[in-house]
Amino acid sequence: MIQFDAVHKRFPNGTTAVHDLSLEMPEGGVTVLVGSSGCGKTTTLRMINRMVEPTSGTIKVNGRDVTQQDAAELRRSIGYVIQQAGLFPHRTVLDNIATVPLLLGWNRKKARARAAELLETVGLAADAGKRYPHQLSGGQQQRVGVARALAADPPVLLMDEPFGAVDPVVRTQLQDELLRLQKELNKTIVFVTHDVDEAVRLGDRIAIFRTGGHLVQCAPPAELLAGPADDFVADFLGAERGLKLLSLQTLADVPQGPAPQGGTWTLVLDPAGKPLHWASKDAELPVRPLTDGDSLLAALNESIASPTGLVARVDAAGVLTGVSSRDDIHVHAGQAHSAARVVAA
Amino acid sequence: MFELFKNLGTWLTSGSQWAGSDGIAHRLGEHLQYSLLATLIAAAIGLPLGLLIGHTGKGAFVAINLASFGRALPTVGLVVLVFLAGGLSMLPVYVALVALAVPAIVTNTYAGMTAVDPDVKDAARGQGMRGHQVLFQVELPLALPLIMTGLRLALIQVVATATIAAYVSFGGLGRYVFDGLAQRDLVQVLGGAVLVAVVAVVLDLLLSTLQRFLFLPHARTDSRGGTPTRTA
Repeated sequence: MIQFDAVHKRFPNGTTAVHDLSLEMPEGGVTVLVGSSGCGKTTTLRMINRMVEPTSGTIKVNGRDVTQQDAAELRRSIGYVIQQAGLFPHRTVLDNIATVPLLLGWNRKKARARAAELLETVGLAADAGKRYPHQLSGGQQQRVGVARALAADPPVLLMDEPFGAVDPVVRTQLQDELLRLQKELNKTIVFVTHDVDEAVRLGDRIAIFRTGGHLVQCAPPAELLAGPADDFVADFLGAERGLKLLSLQTLADVPQGPAPQGGTWTLVLDPAGKPLHWASKDAELPVRPLTDGDSLLAALNESIASPTGLVARVDAAGVLTGVSSRDDIHVHAGQAHSAARVVAA
Repeated sequence: MFELFKNLGTWLTSGSQWAGSDGIAHRLGEHLQYSLLATLIAAAIGLPLGLLIGHTGKGAFVAINLASFGRALPTVGLVVLVFLAGGLSMLPVYVALVALAVPAIVTNTYAGMTAVDPDVKDAARGQGMRGHQVLFQVELPLALPLIMTGLRLALIQVVATATIAAYVSFGGLGRYVFDGLAQRDLVQVLGGAVLVAVVAVVLDLLLSTLQRFLFLPHARTDSRGGTPTRTA
């Protein structure tokens, strides 16, 4: 767990970057710090591994005050990923990943073996290890950055806009990878971004900062979206925050019934029972079946695209289990929204 | 004109001209000794200074102003000055040559250090490297191309200028230039000058080859044979 207690940061030029911050970042959870530029979110992150020293107040990582520890040793015990990856251009990918183990005094063979293991963990081919950073794409470099941060298996991971410089498709891939990794590794992650969608997607808790280093609200994403503390938060989350909330709710609890028979449109299945397409007398339209784990937002989208307003639901194997109507999805979305609002209030 | 070059060719290739204590081989040895020693001393002064200024960011004005100081420094004047103050020895020559070489080394080392990507330095500190580890494991290797450029520049300048040793009665290839001038022997003057130029060019080529093959594995083309490029 990371605890901020009445932390102030004022830079020598007189600007206050962080103002009276008290905040707890729970163990094994992803806390996302979000806000526009100059709001102090990066400074907050960098105070955790003493890249920036607080002017006053205390910061504890797992109960120990960071300023009472040797800065270099503290940093070796905390994973750190930055924008543009910051890889060492003169070292191979493998040696980049082995940085912290080598600093901790592991022998080279063991450090390289660990690095090779991590290449696989972050989804890179083994032969990437022998290459130099400039020979990799931006997304691959960022994966190496994550692998380097994980090398000594630190309990805490700091990520400073790590996916800010890659294109949207790669960004989504990297976010998925991070969520998958986090399921496996269960680190305490502090993640800085200015992208609300990224925050909603990754965060177990989201802390919203306002210019001048004020923390405005810190809550799980659903609570935040359903009950923003003030107009600033509401504006920051955007007009379509209701839809963003739906991206957090799953389809699991929406009732389903049997597929309709004999109407204008019928759902055509293959012999194994998997939906193929919608068919009428003279047309065929594609169907995108959803599972229980898909979001209400995806369901709403599919119900609008479907010619019957019905969403085909399948199990993990892709076999049809039933259909849900546009109305059921709509009603459920409304209920989910008010439930989140009650929790927030 | 043709006659001059024919005589120059004879002068440069005759065996007797290469032998003995007044021969080209011996003078070449002296010249190399002056040049290499002066450059080594200059490197011993300039490298730590440039690294320190680059690493700490303090005293940057020293590094910047040294460049113009170096350009403005009258080398012969310095030799005469130290000679008048300290008497006849190789000391004035070395002082002048070192003073000539230090600015090039300091400014290039400093330039190399400041050209290291701040993100990379930040990442190095953030992974838990101490100051000296950031310097020797990250900044120095990345600044090396420019540091080497500084050393090459310094060495060439020193080789060209080491002729002044002969001005205060010592050896080196400058002997031919000054003796030739005194004896109005144009062939000898020209021969000395040509030899100095050849030494400078050869040393520069040697160092640049060394630089390419020893220090920069990451700057070479990749294993697929293509030019390394950054893709999205």
